[in-house]
Amino acid sequence: MSQKFVSRGFTGKRERAGGQGARVPPGQHLVSDFPVLSAGPTPRTDLARWTFTIDGLVTAPVSWSWADFQHLPVQDFVKDISCVTKWTKLDTRWRGVSVDTLFEHVELDPRAVALVASCDGGYTTNLLLSDAVNGQAFVAYEYDGKPLAPEHGGPARLVVPHLYFWKSAKWVRGLRLVNKDAPGFWESLGYHIRGDPWKEQRYTDD
Amino acid sequence: MRRPLEWQIATVKAIAQETAQVKTITLALPGWTAHRAGQHYDVRLTAADGYQAQRSYSIASPPERPGEVDLTVERIPDGEVSPYLHDVLVVGDAVEVRGPVGGYFVWEASSGGPLLLVAGGSGVVPLMAMLRHRAAAGAKVPARLLYSSRTLEDVIYRQELEALASRDGLEVFHTLTRGQPKGWTGYARRIDQPMLAEVSGPLGTAALAFICGPTALVETTASALVQLGLPQERVRTERFGPTGT
Repeated sequence: MSQKFVSRGFTGKRERAGGQGARVPPGQHLVSDFPVLSAGPTPRTDLARWTFTIDGLVTAPVSWSWADFQHLPVQDFVKDISCVTKWTKLDTRWRGVSVDTLFEHVELDPRAVALVASCDGGYTTNLLLSDAVNGQAFVAYEYDGKPLAPEHGGPARLVVPHLYFWKSAKWVRGLRLVNKDAPGFWESLGYHIRGDPWKEQRYTDD
Repeated sequence: MRRPLEWQIATVKAIAQETAQVKTITLALPGWTAHRAGQHYDVRLTAADGYQAQRSYSIASPPERPGEVDLTVERIPDGEVSPYLHDVLVVGDAVEVRGPVGGYFVWEASSGGPLLLVAGGSGVVPLMAMLRHRAAAGAKVPARLLYSSRTLEDVIYRQELEALASRDGLEVFHTLTRGQPKGWTGYARRIDQPMLAEVSGPLGTAALAFICGPTALVETTASALVQLGLPQERVRTERFGPTGT
């Protein structure tokens, strides 16, 4: 029924996609700015006390200071990102450390199938391990050639560009490997457990 | 029991002009479910050739109105969906929606308070749902609204806010940032920490805060409230307004 529904008098502003329509997931529209969304106050973390930890189902947990983290092999990423609030931004430019690189420093327990990203401010999000490896996810600390601004998740945020952007946890401080993919913050509040924009997995039962 | 968020065809029951750029659209919903104040609906428009556009709009009405919701919509001049809702939609039209959506930026009478609400522009909409719910539920939770608008003419729900404020335990503070009428006694600058200290002070640091508006306002307010001693988990934020071009 909804397939046949037509909004009387609606034509749309589809020229906005500028020939890039194929890169815009269903129900999304392009923006040129970088909207800020968050559920609470922006945390301010002293870099001297910042650490990044991988723990849970690993043989031995590992933790980096900010200075140590800067010495990890860095990569540049140019990615399209889509927020569940309906905006998509093309060709965002990031610099950071691939999750694959981070995982070279731990031995994963074979029972590990998912991970929980935890953050300053108490935010969490869950990811299947298969969504986090093979070049699909990274911890970014620069955006567009500059240190990542606090309102965009600085000093460092997880970026998982192939999933809705709430998975790209701001102010990330660690990844915990777990044996079950359990809902994080938004995933417990009505949003989809995985969040693939191309399947329009916005809400729990989508 | 959770019900999947299915698209449904709502009917436009009424349209009210709130300010020059803001209208309230009342939708009758065949699959209405009680929302929580602060939640939103997704609106999906479909062109004859199948092209679709979606946006989210906050619910302005309280859940105590079975079968319908008010969506208050600001017209974004170069937008895609809001100009349609403003310029094309008439009473009797069908609109495809799904919701209610959102589970964090919500307040129910049982959530308690005291309640500190801070709004910029059309960011007042979800906060109005909270105030209307507070009144409809007979909640006596002390509440204060600090509401930033450009001019007096841009204040949404001005008369209703006055009426609500004449009742138990709600106080409304306006700040007008671009121009003030003669004899204006309210604030006349952007929201800052001293203003927030004055408004939130009597509520103490146990207040539950909801902030909705443009990013700069939300960032300033949330940081200031944490500095004033509110626990960060009691400061909830939502961004509002155009997200660029």
